[in-house]
Amino acid sequence: MALPQAASRILIALVALAVALAAAGAARAGVPDPLHSPMWDMHAARLFANAPVVFDKAVRVDVPQIAENQHVFPVTVDARSLGEVRRIVILADLNPIPVAVDFAPSGAAPWLSLRIKLDQRTPVRAAVLAVDGKWHVSGVWVDAAGGGCSAPPVSRAKGDWAQHLGELRGAMFSSTAGPRLRFTVRHPMDTGLVENIPAYNIETIRVASGPRDLATIMVWGSVAEDPAFSLLLPAGTGAVTLRLRDSNGREFTGHVAGPQRP
Amino acid sequence: MTGLRRRRVLGGIAAGVGLAATALHGETFAGRYTLRPEPVAEGIWLVLGTNAPIAFANGGAIANCAIIATAAGPVLFDCGPSLAYGQALRRMARDLTRRDPALVLISHLHPDHDLGAGAFDPATVAALPGTMADIARDGPGMTDAMFRMLADWMRGTQLVVPTRRLEPGPLEVGGRTLQLLALSGHSGGDLAVLDSRTGTLITGDLVFHDRAPATPHADLARWRSALDTLAALPHRVLLPGHGPADRAGVAIAQTRDWLDWLEQALNAAAANGLDMVEAGEQPIPERFAGLAAARYELQRSVSHFYPAIEAARLPRVD
Repeated sequence: MALPQAASRILIALVALAVALAAAGAARAGVPDPLHSPMWDMHAARLFANAPVVFDKAVRVDVPQIAENQHVFPVTVDARSLGEVRRIVILADLNPIPVAVDFAPSGAAPWLSLRIKLDQRTPVRAAVLAVDGKWHVSGVWVDAAGGGCSAPPVSRAKGDWAQHLGELRGAMFSSTAGPRLRFTVRHPMDTGLVENIPAYNIETIRVASGPRDLATIMVWGSVAEDPAFSLLLPAGTGAVTLRLRDSNGREFTGHVAGPQRP
Repeated sequence: MTGLRRRRVLGGIAAGVGLAATALHGETFAGRYTLRPEPVAEGIWLVLGTNAPIAFANGGAIANCAIIATAAGPVLFDCGPSLAYGQALRRMARDLTRRDPALVLISHLHPDHDLGAGAFDPATVAALPGTMADIARDGPGMTDAMFRMLADWMRGTQLVVPTRRLEPGPLEVGGRTLQLLALSGHSGGDLAVLDSRTGTLITGDLVFHDRAPATPHADLARWRSALDTLAALPHRVLLPGHGPADRAGVAIAQTRDWLDWLEQALNAAAANGLDMVEAGEQPIPERFAGLAAARYELQRSVSHFYPAIEAARLPRVD
C-alpha cells in the first residue's frame, strides 16, 4: 500500500528529525551505552538533563536468568558500594512506561527489591545519583515475551481487584545487613495501555519510623500488579509506618512492627 | 530434502541483508532435527531430548518421545515441539516399524511434547480429557511463546487439540496391551503408560531424570501422589519425560527429592523475608549437582510459586 505523497514527505521529515535528535542525545551523553540500546540517548537526555553519567558496574542489578513471567519480573538493585546516594531510578528502556520507580533512600540503604512488567526484550537498568553529583548506571538485557504492560492484570480478569484494593501485608526481618522491611500492596497497577481500562497505579510510597523519613519511592504503572518491595533499614529501626497514595488520590496506611527473628 | 536446502539458502540471504543490528532469530534457518532412536526393550525405542532449556540452538527438542511397535503400527508417546520434529519422528518410526502410527499419545499440555501433532492424522492423536482442556485453554499462548523462541524451527506448526479421548485402563493395540494411567500434578492431566509385555513404564513429565523438574502448571501435592502411584507399579525400565532411561530405579525418588526440597526452600526463603531474586539465587544442595538446568528451573519455580507463598505468610499490616 503506497502512502499518499504528502504523508510520505511528513514521514521522511519525522525520521530525519528523530535521527538528528538521537545524534544530539549521543553527543550530550558522551559515553556510549554499553548495552547499545536504541532508546538510551533519549532516556538519558530526559532523565539526567546535563548531569554527568558514568556506566558503573559497582551498581548491581540482579535479575533471574529467565523472564518466566513478563507481568512479574523481579529486580534487585544494590548500590551500597557507592556509599550515600540521593536517588535510584529503575527503568526498562523499551517499556512504553520506561521508569518503574524513583527511590530516594533518605535513611534506608541504597538497596531495593521490586517486581516490574516487561513489554518486550529490553535493557533493565538502575541509575543511581550519588553524592558526587554523577549518575552511576548499570543494567542488563532481559529477553522477555511481549505484552507485560499491555495485557490486563490478573485481578481485572478475575474481577476481584476492588474487593482487595489497598490491602497491605508486611513484616520486618533481622538480617546481617540490618533490618529488612518487606511489604506488598494489592493494586491492579493499570498501565492505561489496555483497552477500556484507564491508568490507575500507586504513585508514592513513604516509609517512616516515627518522625524520621526512611524512604520515598515514586512509582509508575510499569511496576507489577500487587507491588512488592524490600528495603534495608538502619540498624536499630523499630516499627515503621507505610503511607501509600495512588493516582486517584486514595491513601493506604500500614504499620509494621520491628524485626522478628527469622 | 530439497525443500529444506532451499529454505537454508533463503535464510542465508535474509541474514546477509542484515535488517537489524540486533540478532533476530527469524533471519536464519535453524537446521534440521537429528533424531536417534535408542532401543530400550523389545519393540520400544526412546528418542532422547537434549538435556537443556528450550532454545533456538536445540530447536526445542528437549523432551523425550517413545515409539512402541505393534502389529497395527507404532504407538508414539509424545511428538516433539514442532511440525518439522513431528515429521522427522514419523519418518523415523516408519523406518523402524515399516508402518504409519496407529496412535499418537499426548502425555500433557506442554509444547515441547505436543506441537509435533500436526504431522499426524488427527484421528490418531489422543489424550486424557484433562489434557484436552489444558491444551484448549493454554495451547495458543504457549504456541506463541515457542514461535518467539524458536522462530524458523516452528515453520508450519499449528496447535492441535487432540480429539480422541483416552480412558485409564488397558488399551489393546495391534496385539500389545498398554496400561494407561490418568494422573496429574505436573499439569492438569498427565498420562503414563505401562507396557505389560516388557515392563516399560513411560511417565511423561511426572518423572525427570538427571534434569531438574519444571513446574509451570504443577500442583505439588498431586504430583507427589502421582509419584506414589508410579513407584508402586512393578517395572523394569522407566522412560522419563526428560533425561535418560532409568534402569536403576532412581528417577522417581530423585524427582520427589527435588520437589520436596523446592517446596521447603521456597517456604524458608519467604520465612526469612527474601525477595524473588534472592529466593532464586539460594544455594542448591550438593546432591542435585547432577541435575541439568537446576538453577534455571529453580528460578522458574520461584516465578510460579513465590508470590502466593509470600501472600499466605506475610501478615496484614493495614
